[in-house]
Amino acid sequence: MSAITRRRALGAAAAAAAGLAAGRALTAPAPAQAAAPAHAGHHPAQHGPAPFDEVFQGRRIQGEPVHGGGHHDGHGGYAVHVDGEELHVMRNADGTWISVINHYEPLADPRAVARAAVRELNGADLVPLDLG
Amino acid sequence: MTVRKNQAALSTAEKRRFTDAVLELKRTGQYDDFVTTHNAFIMSDTDNGDRVGHRSPSFLPWHRRFLLQFEQALQAIDPEVALPYWDWTTDRTTRSSLWAPDFLGGTGRASDGRVTDGPFAAGANRWTISVRVDGRDYLRRALGSGGRQLPTRAEVDSVLAMTTYDMAPWNSSSDGFRNHLEGWRGVNLHNRVHVWVGGQMGTGVSPNDPVFWLHHAFIDKLWADWQARHPGSGYLPAAGTAGVVDLHDTMRPWNDTTPADMLDHTRHYTFDTAA
Repeated sequence: MSAITRRRALGAAAAAAAGLAAGRALTAPAPAQAAAPAHAGHHPAQHGPAPFDEVFQGRRIQGEPVHGGGHHDGHGGYAVHVDGEELHVMRNADGTWISVINHYEPLADPRAVARAAVRELNGADLVPLDLG
Repeated sequence: MTVRKNQAALSTAEKRRFTDAVLELKRTGQYDDFVTTHNAFIMSDTDNGDRVGHRSPSFLPWHRRFLLQFEQALQAIDPEVALPYWDWTTDRTTRSSLWAPDFLGGTGRASDGRVTDGPFAAGANRWTISVRVDGRDYLRRALGSGGRQLPTRAEVDSVLAMTTYDMAPWNSSSDGFRNHLEGWRGVNLHNRVHVWVGGQMGTGVSPNDPVFWLHHAFIDKLWADWQARHPGSGYLPAAGTAGVVDLHDTMRPWNDTTPADMLDHTRHYTFDTAA
């Protein structure tokens, strides 16, 4: 298992834990439903964005298609990392992309999303969600 | 009965009671539970999968329920407090009293975006950002950075004029009122305001900034205004839609509330002006 694959696995675990926390936080009776969204209508893009690997403003940003993402389907079949930490990204229906750092401003592709995250981070480390 | 007022009309005492209640909710840890919940939904709501809180018809009833829960938590601390709303078509500059030190504090400083005044500034040690996506634990803003502009009243009116609540495929590519209000399509109202504020408000953990509640209280009021303009138009879809919360389906995470339950806000609160 490569280092990147291990990190991706950690990211997926954090995302699943976040879903569980959603159920608990508001004392909902069925947290399992929050943790395991159904996958109805999951249609991966036929022609996803190409991989990239570059240093942008001093940070290494990488992106690559992922296959068989399994449990968590928010990535649109694509994974982005900033200095090795996974950046949660999402593909919109019109083919634009957002990330958890810039969630309300769609951009053209995952590389633009990664660059926008580097600018927004202003040197700060991307960290997995602190679920306390 | 709770009356939600325009933030610009609040007295100094009302502002202080509101911010004190928010700070107390933060101190007890309840505030951060709301941030965690919002981020979990924003990361899991997808255009081609299950979607509840965002990019779907239930964006409006979900946030109405979420704000009610937050308001009730504030009222458990101070029964006199109600959520104010921020009409960003009117109070559209960084000089608005909303951003004064006696209310939410102002924009962030240029070097690192840190908010340096008001009750939520890092220096006061009462507002540590715990539920976060990067290493920074202080509230950040970049109000209107890059010359961005808040939506105008004319842009709001153009969206309120849309007669259909929502349309297939019930996601970020939909035509209709809901998606134009949310902002994934067209003149962009709700999303643009998140981006205009910047800092944590632009991220999945946007409720870290207390202005989140004032922004969404106005989005919620615009839903009520739309209902008043279009009494013959109802929530859609009605039934049987995969991945989407239909009119009588319950919404996660509460599992006891349907969009139908949320249509009449006057069961819970009224606004200071007629819808």
